[in-house]
Amino acid sequence: MANEIIEGLLKAFELVFSGDPTLVEITLRSILVSCSATLLCLLWSMPIAVALSLRRFHGRILIKGMFHALLGVPTVAFGLVLFLLLSKSGPLGFLRILYTPTAMILGQAVLITPIAVSLIVSAIEAIDPEIRNLAKTLGASELEAALAVLKESTSGVGLAVIASFNRAIAELGVALMVGGNIGGYTSVLTTTIAMETNKGELELSIALTIILLLIVIGLSLFINVAQRRMT
Amino acid sequence: MLIVAVLVSVGATSYYLRGSIGERVIVSTTTSLYETELLETVEDEFEEKYTIDLNFISVGTGIAIQHAQRGDADLILVHSPSDERKFLTGGTGVNRKIIAYNFFVIVGPENDPAHIQGLQPLQALSKIVQSGRNGTAEWVSRGDNSGTHSKEKSLWAAAGFNYNDVSKESWYINAVSGMGETLRKADYFEAYTLADTGTYLKYFNDGLVTLEVMMEEEKELLNVYSAIAVNQTLHPTVNFNGAMTFVKWLVSEEGQQTIEQFGKKTYGKSLFNAATNLLKENTSQPTVAQWIRDYAFFNGTECPSEYRIGSSELYP
Repeated sequence: MANEIIEGLLKAFELVFSGDPTLVEITLRSILVSCSATLLCLLWSMPIAVALSLRRFHGRILIKGMFHALLGVPTVAFGLVLFLLLSKSGPLGFLRILYTPTAMILGQAVLITPIAVSLIVSAIEAIDPEIRNLAKTLGASELEAALAVLKESTSGVGLAVIASFNRAIAELGVALMVGGNIGGYTSVLTTTIAMETNKGELELSIALTIILLLIVIGLSLFINVAQRRMT
Repeated sequence: MLIVAVLVSVGATSYYLRGSIGERVIVSTTTSLYETELLETVEDEFEEKYTIDLNFISVGTGIAIQHAQRGDADLILVHSPSDERKFLTGGTGVNRKIIAYNFFVIVGPENDPAHIQGLQPLQALSKIVQSGRNGTAEWVSRGDNSGTHSKEKSLWAAAGFNYNDVSKESWYINAVSGMGETLRKADYFEAYTLADTGTYLKYFNDGLVTLEVMMEEEKELLNVYSAIAVNQTLHPTVNFNGAMTFVKWLVSEEGQQTIEQFGKKTYGKSLFNAATNLLKENTSQPTVAQWIRDYAFFNGTECPSEYRIGSSELYP
């Protein structure tokens, strides 16, 4: 058994360093899909987060609490709901995007919304409220004041974005259920790892796991170091 | 501005990722055909000749049928005649063609704690129940409504056991997973399980499991694979013509040879046997042909005429 692991690791490293075309293709697709999902998610997460952190309105705490609660929802639960929605018999079936990269991008964008909103809210709230007041006393409009605060929290928001991307690229449930792991089309790192292991193709699984871990741990370390610098 | 930029880049990425996909046929398939990598070979051979892109989703027979009923698949590759019959009579499935066969095997640990080596399948199951209740043997079940799972249920019934009762006993392990993972679990627990020959041979020869085959090929263990297209009148968005092009290729001499030859070199024997010629008259193996007719034909045919749409050349 120990031999299997060592042999697997050796062959996996060979694969990684030989630039195996399948490996490169799957890695690139993973990055592209999750990058797009993160960008798309920011379209709605940014305004929501800014509103939640800078405006005082009724139900604000409740909505914030809701996003916090959604953080823990398992990705398969999101996956199942999205599958039922996008299935041809489902309410969004007319879009005909089930088992396409588009579905995976949309799905991951929805999946990472809670984490993006929560982290961006924390980043903005960490900025001294005096900045906003100061801007206002200097004659800035509500919007300009909000922009001033956002500018101050750029690095915090940046980290939130990276963390959201990390969640997207590391998740399996949504990608497998709405993508279907179709070789050369919707197979990404996590889905290929799961399915290749079922086929007994351990070397490819291990190689892809190494890549995924390098990305995820690398980004997490980066966030950690960056946060320390900031404080 | 920013919003437009994001939308454009997301749109462009998904368009780029769609790539050269022109006409696609989504095939929901039993896990055994996928996990043995037969379908990869089939895909390569087929796509060399046609511009159709085959997209396989590996799920097991039960879920494959569900996908088809929802309109999410254009074609299914399955191996559970009783479920297939319901799928046809329900109106969703049309143009069923038997594409291949092999045998299920009951496999178990080398030391054979239930002493079933060489027994008939039904006797073997009785012995496993006995030993299970004594605490000397365990059974691992797919438990995922797959074709293999439904075969297992029918074997329990034939051996005189009530599946619902048996499956609740402590020696009965519900794996709820595909064939490969179930074999792995059985191997780990040193338990018996029912497997299709194809997946088992691949796993055994690749050194992934050490479980051994406990009995010869028997009529009760026959395993027949079919392709069934989804009725276009029920789901207008399915790619019916593309699906039928693939089915016709599968049962053609070239398709059948691809299936028959797959794995022969690596494993010393075919993982899946060609079925089309066998079912013609004057076959060299009348016994197996008769078994297939008894087991997987409906009203004397692989697809009764009321469930056919066009493609008359498929049913001479």
